[in-house]
Amino acid sequence: MKNDPQKLIRYTPFERANHWLAAITFILLALSGLAFFHPAFYPLNQLFGGGVWTRILHPFVGVLMALSFGVMFSNYRKLNVMTPADKEWLSHVREMVDGDDRNMPEAGKFNGGQKLLFWLLVICMALLILSGIVIWRAYFAFLFPAAVIRLASVVHAVAATIMIALIIFHIYAGFWTKESIDGMLYGQVRRAWAKQHHPAWFRQMMGGDK
Amino acid sequence: MALQSLDITRRSATTTPSPSQRKTQEVAKLIDISKCIGCKACQVACMEWNDTRDAVGSNHGVYDNPMDLTENSWTVMRYAEVELEQGKLEWLIRKDGCMHCTEPGCLKACPAPGAVVQYSNGIVDFHEENCIGCGYCITGCPFNIPRLSKKDSKVYKCTLCSDRVAVGQEPACAKTCPTGAIVFGIKEAMLHHAEGRVADLKNRGFAKAGIYDPQGVGGTHVIYVLPHADRPEIYCGLPRNPSIGPMVELWKGAAKPLASFGLAMVVAASFFHYVTKGPSEVSPEIEKEFEDEK
Repeated sequence: MKNDPQKLIRYTPFERANHWLAAITFILLALSGLAFFHPAFYPLNQLFGGGVWTRILHPFVGVLMALSFGVMFSNYRKLNVMTPADKEWLSHVREMVDGDDRNMPEAGKFNGGQKLLFWLLVICMALLILSGIVIWRAYFAFLFPAAVIRLASVVHAVAATIMIALIIFHIYAGFWTKESIDGMLYGQVRRAWAKQHHPAWFRQMMGGDK
Repeated sequence: MALQSLDITRRSATTTPSPSQRKTQEVAKLIDISKCIGCKACQVACMEWNDTRDAVGSNHGVYDNPMDLTENSWTVMRYAEVELEQGKLEWLIRKDGCMHCTEPGCLKACPAPGAVVQYSNGIVDFHEENCIGCGYCITGCPFNIPRLSKKDSKVYKCTLCSDRVAVGQEPACAKTCPTGAIVFGIKEAMLHHAEGRVADLKNRGFAKAGIYDPQGVGGTHVIYVLPHADRPEIYCGLPRNPSIGPMVELWKGAAKPLASFGLAMVVAASFFHYVTKGPSEVSPEIEKEFEDEK
């Protein structure tokens, strides 16, 4: 699709592809991980060819997601540095949730909420990777004492639960804020959308002052 | 290996009750350490009966052979040379293997429905057909017993010869023990027998003799008579007060319903937020500014 000169470029094709790789692997990981977490979710293993295949595949999909997430981390880490304006944004978050964004401080490419989400996801992902290595029974678990494996099992479950909750929230936020998914699907957003939701970024992109 | 002719009272990763109308008596294997001569006949009988064969190992300069439990060696003799008093060496020999806990950590940790089962007679068994090879049972076990096979990625451990017990026979190790150090029967009778042994040991100067039937795991269905019951750890690291432990309790206890409920709440909150507050859209004033765009 050719770029529409009227619209603003928000994500490059590489950024989009990588985001969706992380998204797909995350969904596969959440479904296969939940299968081991609670008996109520055990039937999800059928999506992966049964319990044994789910056990085999889950950590390898995890490696793929770790790589993809790592690329996102290095791409977005600087853009997600918290500024005083972001903290101000976060202190007004109740109004935002109420659907009234008139008094929200101006957001840049990412608003305070998105930045907070980013850092929470980074923490969860780091914990999941580290604990995941410890409990990967086929290759690594024998290197660690039982007490460490037990702790890692708890850390993995807790971090995964928090991350699933954060991603549900992330998906909902993308659905709630109309047209924001356009940026991640097609790479471009309407100028009106940008001015509404990310005014500081809008001005920057229009060549105006920051 | 699970044998269906015994009543199963508990299965792993199962939230509804198992058939529990019939009542059977609890059994136990009593290992009297004071009578054990370390001949390893029990190890041989175990392999013979269960048709497992371990690789020929190498000599480590000690009697232990193999050095540890494996997927083929479901019981091993562990030897310790201990000097409790200066100049008074004691050779402590303990037959190690699954303790068949009343509250089994393996069963609690297992995520595969029916891969770990507990029979109404107290025996804890692995049902390898349902095993997915995750090793969570190893994480959950307070005695470090289950072993993951490299050949088939399934876990194995002592079955207490559930197949023999189901047809009224004692486990192979008990049958073969030449000194009567291993006896098998109804748990109550085994405890009674053990009390007699403890009294005898106390008469012979082992003031701290006692029974090892740890209550932290609800009691076990393999119990020991220890000449030094006040110091179980001298018997090659027998845990003093084994229990499932706070980490596994949290992981397989409170975390499961809490997290499931929490995630359901996030989904519900999102949905109801949308239907009560409506979407976040570009305001009409801004739309007007960019009318050319549409």
